[in-house]
Amino acid sequence: MPSSARTATLRDAVGLGVAVGLYGVAFGAAAAGAGLDTWQAVATSALMFTGASQFAMIGVLGAGGGAFSAVGSALLLGTRNTVYGVRLAPMLALRGWLRRAGAAHWVIDETTAMAVAAPDRELGRLAFWVTGATIYLGWNATTLVGSLGAAALGGTAQAALDAVVPAAFLALLWPRLQRSAREPGVQRRVALGGAVVALALTPFVPAGVQVVLAVVAVALAGRPRTAASPREGAA
Amino acid sequence: MSTGTLWAVVLVGSLGCYLLKLAGLSVPAAWVERPWVTRVVEFVPAALLAALVAVQAATSGPDLVVDGRLVGLAVAAVALALRAPFIVVLVLAGAAGALVHVVTG
Repeated sequence: MPSSARTATLRDAVGLGVAVGLYGVAFGAAAAGAGLDTWQAVATSALMFTGASQFAMIGVLGAGGGAFSAVGSALLLGTRNTVYGVRLAPMLALRGWLRRAGAAHWVIDETTAMAVAAPDRELGRLAFWVTGATIYLGWNATTLVGSLGAAALGGTAQAALDAVVPAAFLALLWPRLQRSAREPGVQRRVALGGAVVALALTPFVPAGVQVVLAVVAVALAGRPRTAASPREGAA
Repeated sequence: MSTGTLWAVVLVGSLGCYLLKLAGLSVPAAWVERPWVTRVVEFVPAALLAALVAVQAATSGPDLVVDGRLVGLAVAAVALALRAPFIVVLVLAGAAGALVHVVTG
C-alpha cells in the first residue's frame, strides 16, 4: 500500500517537525539571555539552522566566552552534519549545484533520521524535504517568540531562564548516555571527561575556551582506542 | 561583546556550519567514512554537551559556583530519568531555579 506508506511518512515528518520546532522557544529565550538581540537570534536560526551548534554558540557567549570559542564550539558540533550529508547524498540524488546548495541547508539530525528510517528512497526523499520544511518554519517562528518573550522577563524569570539553559543541554545529551545508544559506556566516560576537564580549566582559561579544550582533551585521551579498532579489523 | 562582534560570530558560525553540511553532500564518501573520522564525530557531541552542561550550571566567569542552576539541573536529571517530555524538563528546571532565587533572595 504505497499511498498509506506515503501518508504515514508525511504524518511522522510533520509531527516530528512540529515537536522539534517547539525547541526554538528555548533557543530564542537562551539567546536573549546570552546577549543576542532578536534579529541576531532569528538570523542564527535562519542561517545556522542546526540546533546543537546554535545552543553551543550561545552557551559559550552566555558564559562570557570570546568569538573564536563561540564559533569553534558551533563548528565542532556541526561536523555531524557532514557525515549525515555523505549518508544522504545517494538517496537525495541531487542534480545541479543549486539543488545541492539548497538541500545542504536542511541536512540536520532530524531530517537525516527521518530520511534514513523511511521504507524506500522515494519516501526517504519525501521525508527529508517535508521534515526540513516543517522544522525550518517552526524553529524560526518559535525562536522569534522565545527571544521576544525573554526580553520582557524580570529578575526571578531570568533566574528561571538561567536554570533552563543547562537543563536544555542535559536533555540534548541524555539520549546519548542511555543503554539504547551506541556504546553507552564510552559515551558516559566521554561525557564525564568533558565535564570534569571543563570545570577544572574554568579558573585558568578565558571563558568558553575550556569548553573547546575539554573536547580536544577527551578526543586525545580516546586516541589509542580509535587506533586500536582498525588494526583489530585488519588482523 | 559589541553588536558588531556578535553579528560576526553569528554570520561566520552560520557560514561554517553551512559549509560543513554542503561538504557532506559534495565530497567523495571515502573522504569522510574513515574509522577515525566517524569515531571522533560519534563522540564529540557527548564531550561538548557535557562540558556545556557543567560550565552553564556551575561556573560564573572564572569561578565555580553553586546556585539555583545546579538545583534546576538536578531536577532536570530526575525528570529526564522519569522520561518527561523535553518541554516539561525545561519548565521544571526553570521553576526550581526561580524558587531558589526567591528563597535565597
